[in-house]
Amino acid sequence: MSYINKPKVAHPSLPTNTLGMTRRQYEGSMSTLCAGCGHDSVTAAIIEACWGLSMRPEQLVKLSGIGCSSKTTAYFVSGSHGFNSVHGRMPSIASGANAANRRLTYVGVSGDGDSLSIGIGQLVHAIRRNVNMLYLIENNGVYGLTKGQFSASADIGTKAKRGDVNSSPPIDPVLLALTLGATFVARSFSGDKAQLVPLIQAGLRHNGFALIDVLSPCVTFNDHEGSTKSYTFTREHYHPAVEADFVPRAEEIAVDYAAGESIPVSLHDGSRVILRKLDPTYDPTDRSAAYSYIETKLKKNEYVTGLIHIDETDSTEFHNLNRTAQAPLNGIPYEKLSPGSAALDKLMARYR
Amino acid sequence: MEPTDTSKSDYFHRVVDCQWACPAHTDVPEYIRLIAQGEFTAAYMVNRESNVFPGILGRVCDRPCEPACRRGRIEEKPVAICRLKRVASDHRDDITGLLPKAPREKNGKRIACIGAGPASLTVANDLLPMGYEVTIFEQYAVPGGLMRTNIPAFRLPANVLDEEIGYIVNMGADLRLNSPVNSMRRLLESEEFDAVFVGSGAPKGKELELPGRHDTERVHIGITWLESIAFGHVERVGERVLIIGVGNTAMDCCRSSLRLGAKDVKVMARKPRQFFKASDWELEDAEHENVAIVVNHAPKSFVTEGGQLKGMMFEKLQYDIENGDITATRSLGDVFFPCDDVILAIGQENAFPWIEQGIGLDLDKWNVPKVDKATFQSTLPQVFFGGDAAFGPKNIIWSVEHGHQAAISIHKFCHDEAVQERMPRGVTLSSRKMGMHEWAYKNEYNGVERRLVPHVGLVERFKKINIEVELGFTAEEAALEVQRCLNCDVQTVFAAKLCIECDACIDICPVDCLTITHNGSETELRSKLTAPATNRSQALYVSAPLPQTARVMVKDEDVCVHCGLCAERCPTAAWDMQKSTIHIPHAIDEEVSACPA
Repeated sequence: MSYINKPKVAHPSLPTNTLGMTRRQYEGSMSTLCAGCGHDSVTAAIIEACWGLSMRPEQLVKLSGIGCSSKTTAYFVSGSHGFNSVHGRMPSIASGANAANRRLTYVGVSGDGDSLSIGIGQLVHAIRRNVNMLYLIENNGVYGLTKGQFSASADIGTKAKRGDVNSSPPIDPVLLALTLGATFVARSFSGDKAQLVPLIQAGLRHNGFALIDVLSPCVTFNDHEGSTKSYTFTREHYHPAVEADFVPRAEEIAVDYAAGESIPVSLHDGSRVILRKLDPTYDPTDRSAAYSYIETKLKKNEYVTGLIHIDETDSTEFHNLNRTAQAPLNGIPYEKLSPGSAALDKLMARYR
Repeated sequence: MEPTDTSKSDYFHRVVDCQWACPAHTDVPEYIRLIAQGEFTAAYMVNRESNVFPGILGRVCDRPCEPACRRGRIEEKPVAICRLKRVASDHRDDITGLLPKAPREKNGKRIACIGAGPASLTVANDLLPMGYEVTIFEQYAVPGGLMRTNIPAFRLPANVLDEEIGYIVNMGADLRLNSPVNSMRRLLESEEFDAVFVGSGAPKGKELELPGRHDTERVHIGITWLESIAFGHVERVGERVLIIGVGNTAMDCCRSSLRLGAKDVKVMARKPRQFFKASDWELEDAEHENVAIVVNHAPKSFVTEGGQLKGMMFEKLQYDIENGDITATRSLGDVFFPCDDVILAIGQENAFPWIEQGIGLDLDKWNVPKVDKATFQSTLPQVFFGGDAAFGPKNIIWSVEHGHQAAISIHKFCHDEAVQERMPRGVTLSSRKMGMHEWAYKNEYNGVERRLVPHVGLVERFKKINIEVELGFTAEEAALEVQRCLNCDVQTVFAAKLCIECDACIDICPVDCLTITHNGSETELRSKLTAPATNRSQALYVSAPLPQTARVMVKDEDVCVHCGLCAERCPTAAWDMQKSTIHIPHAIDEEVSACPA
């Protein structure tokens, strides 16, 4: 961590969004993570994405569990709502909050430990329930907060800082999400904001559960020779298959896309995602094809990145399935929320 | 773009905008830090090394450093560099023990300096400690030149002049007062001197030949009039005074008038305000004293009745201005302004009635001597020029720099070495890193606004001609003002081979100076940085290709606040904060072979 705070002074010609706000106004408090941590770049990408969407800070809810990754929600959009939950239990809080107020935008930030070890039971059910949120996993393959033990996403053969070699098979969050029927699955890298920022924007606007697995190197415990989640290894084994350009609602598509290589996808709120296929054989709308493609590449130690799978036609979204109230619960009159014992008796009578 | 070669001294020198803009290259950030530490004497000596007259310049410098100051591009107002110089001067201890001393044994070379102004005094200052015998000829009974005769005492008190001139004269200069040089030929023929330095200034005020000019004695030439005030020959002026011209001399004339009894003083300008030559702060000071500045009036004639000045006739003008240029002028008719005195402050020029033709000293088409821009040598190899005498009126800080450069030339000339071959500037860098996140400078950005210098009240200041109006910063205000300095000499130094492209520096930079991108032409790079780099006067730093992706690190120097967060957040210490020291050679640094017999 640094001794001084990031000064409030800004570049005099910093651009503003449609709310008249600069990117600096979407920052949070000063990061206390290690210098060079990938998570800080993910934070910067979230700031950039929220600024670009002209999101009102009070529209955003940021949720997290425990771990280095879970600290990062303090470092962006300080004017938003936040909940730092128990280790691995962020999906429950997110589901509850979502049920209570569907008008807000939810972003959960978690790590490979929080999501794939202690919290995996929570994660899989959040995917299954299709909770309307963006779920970011800052994935570095180690438990950074407890000095760098292998996490559940550590690859076979990767070397720890002290030399131990991992032999347990990893859980890949992308494959996991695909098997569970997630409707928005992406992978990216903290060192590639050009790819990550539009993915976050699309994920925030997706109607349903959006998972982005972000390879986010641990500069202190997992950035050495022999590590499969270091900056160098990630860059060498990085395979962008399909890039996503995010076009906000009411904006014209400015770029000319070659037919056949690009697939426009309209999102629920009127914004669009243009998928640009870098590998022409890849089809991001075909879940099972995507699964086998990722699996084959993973076996060759290649990280496929980009918007791996998207399905905007799916109708299993959480609010649809559960017929939640349109209005936030705090805006519904108390008498309606709690109709009293007479109403309860009436209800109970139906089951007699 | 090619990777930036920072080993050349100019790259880091240019980043220190104030030092780059200063003709004498005063190490501004260094002396501001010394003031912050309470080391006023050391701060004074850092100043003196380059600008020789910190007390004088801390009051009346034209301060080219301030418009250049990076702070002025981030907020509106630059650091009050000039007034901090005065703080160093006001609060210093006795420095006589720290001054260079002339050796007892002389080197046998004798130098004549003509005029005891800032240029000649700088030549003496540089050459005396090297064993030269320096004789200064001064036409008046006191030294100082235009600093004394043309700058009113309410801006620059006599005791400040006396003290700083004394430091030089007391090194052992042979100051000959009341000794005008009337003939260059005779001076050269005397063969008394190995070299002659002409620092006689630009003492001739420009005339305004209009009808009625010579029908009255109440029309005065500005600089001559100021000189008469300085020597006590003029003590009164009429109630209504018109000043013609709107440069800094005009400002001194109007403010002097108010102190000599004038009640209604108008400065008459031919053009609109954006074309004024006077410095903004001098205009502000004059207007604060209730001087009216009348724009768009061109003088036409002096109106007199029986030798009595009644006023002046002006032509009122209207201008069309496009992109800062006047494209058309229209007359709106004549206007009469009554007055008792007129002071002409429309410029000055150098004049050399005492330099004869045919002595080998070539003149140019404006009848001023041909002088080399780098060596200050004239066409007579043993005669050098500097200050306003060299290239016409500039200001004190330029005179000082001319003096330094002429001293180098004289030193080389006296040792039979080529005056053109001069020592280059150099730069040394040293890391400010003290620990993981500790730096040997205060890197926290302080948002405090520019402090205002307190002034003597508007009644009190007019009671006497020599009451200094500016009081100088109090210790408390100075302590705040110094924190506004961005320490631009603590440079961001990048080692491309250490970079792992984690983006930490880019994400933390408060002013979005940094970008990792694919290389391209300068125009291309400037358009695709994190924040647009539109200020082309500021350099782009481009690194060597980075190890992992062969992209480059680009830094736009324009608005970097030198907070060091890039270096603090860098996991591999690819960024470091290093203090640059720019070496500006003076005569004493030049190595010459032993003195020829």
